[in-house]
Amino acid sequence: MDTPILVADKLAVRFETAQGPVVAVDDVSFSVRPGEFLSIIGPSGCGKSTVFNVIGGLLARHDGTVKVAGELIDGPHRSIGMVFQEESTFPWRNVVDNVAFPLELTGMAKAKRIERAHHFIRMVGLDGFEKRYPGELSGGMRQRVSLARTLASEPKILLMDEPFAALDEQTRLLLGDKVLQIQQQLQQTTLLITHNITEAVQMSDRILVMTYRPGRVKRIVEIDLPRPRTSDIVGSEAFGRYVARIWSDLREEASLGMKDEEDHMLHEAAS
Amino acid sequence: MNATAPARRFALAEIAPAATGLGCAVLFFCIMEALIRTGAISQFVVPPPSQVLGAFGRLFSEEHIVRRFFLTIGECLTTGVMIAVFGVAGGVLLHRYKLLQQAVETWVAALAAAPVVLAYPLFMVIFGRNAWTIIMMGFVAALPPVILKTIEGLSGTRKVLVNVGRSFNLSASQQFWKIMLPASLPAIFTGIRLGLIFALINVVGVEFLINYGGLGQLINDLAERYDLPGTYAAICFVILVSVVFFMTLEKIERWLRPFK
Repeated sequence: MDTPILVADKLAVRFETAQGPVVAVDDVSFSVRPGEFLSIIGPSGCGKSTVFNVIGGLLARHDGTVKVAGELIDGPHRSIGMVFQEESTFPWRNVVDNVAFPLELTGMAKAKRIERAHHFIRMVGLDGFEKRYPGELSGGMRQRVSLARTLASEPKILLMDEPFAALDEQTRLLLGDKVLQIQQQLQQTTLLITHNITEAVQMSDRILVMTYRPGRVKRIVEIDLPRPRTSDIVGSEAFGRYVARIWSDLREEASLGMKDEEDHMLHEAAS
Repeated sequence: MNATAPARRFALAEIAPAATGLGCAVLFFCIMEALIRTGAISQFVVPPPSQVLGAFGRLFSEEHIVRRFFLTIGECLTTGVMIAVFGVAGGVLLHRYKLLQQAVETWVAALAAAPVVLAYPLFMVIFGRNAWTIIMMGFVAALPPVILKTIEGLSGTRKVLVNVGRSFNLSASQQFWKIMLPASLPAIFTGIRLGLIFALINVVGVEFLINYGGLGQLINDLAERYDLPGTYAAICFVILVSVVFFMTLEKIERWLRPFK
């Protein structure tokens, strides 16, 4: 069995709020093997994005450790490439300059980095749009630019936080296909944070299901569906069984989240 | 025919607003001409537009308006360079040092609303009756919007863009030059454009007040000679200059900032 490339051990995060301390994430441990696609799924408010920020090194105050290839990390690391939920392209740079951004930071010669950027632009299917600015692109295209920009930095681990959350279902499925195709082509180790069960099952080798606050590991589900996969797999019986199984795990947690939210609103209305 | 008809409609729709605006202006001047000629408005207060139009030739041949125009524009552009350099630097400094920002931001905002032009005697004492008094008056009046808009732009940089920078391990200096400053450019451009409006108003105003320099002084001279058609023609010329000036600024901004 491969040595894990990413190991998160006993992660715990606590936030101070006006209502007192809130434990967002508690005792979260998991590992990711090289080339594996792991999704972390959970209801809203379970601390998925907090885990994303801890792994990406954007949240310094936490307990537990994160190791990449055995190296303990305590901040942003060149081995981890992040794709964010919000639109994160640079509006002042055209597509090719956006994608070439991480290469520019390495001091790579302009001609070489433009050539590399074109390679990743082709990979995400945006050839022909190199000179366009993000303001001239659709939401799905902009997320593909973000993905290409992160891939251009050639990270060991691709870390994505609900990158398709703002997109419609059809675009989301098609982009899922694109991500799968790239992941299989590059054998890219990928960690996806999502609340979308279909998306998680479509793409993952394993799915880590989190509990509602505090976010803990409820179960890790192996997805034994054939690869290479496309979005066609969503119609298969086995796919449906996985979706149903994960939903049964998530249902209780999502209900807790909903009730908590209602209580909070009632409390706010009363005060 | 089928292909040209929509194209013609499109071309008409393109020029319709400008043509309507021009039509309104012509109508206004025709009404004014009629009111003045019938005595409804005194000729000793407002000359007929036809006389104002006729006075334009004199402005070029006798009053050296082109040389004065370049003098005023030179003062404005000097002020523009100064507000861009010191305004953006000031905004960056205040954004960097929060205590300083909290201490002086309200003062800067208050200065933007203050009638700074009234301080011209003080500036004349400091700089003398020369172009520097005019430039410095324009500078002081035009600086606050640039500072305030720079702070607004830097503070308004989307957190996700900063996080992208952090995820690529950018140093503080790279974070500023590669993300925060470009992200703030739209706000900074707005500040500079506002600043230049303030600068032009103040430059022409102070030229008028101290009777020195370009177009402002010309208006003062003509008014003191009671050359009403010439005065109004010079005022119209200043209005035209400001319109062309800001249209040019918009074009430059679009060229420098091609993204939306």
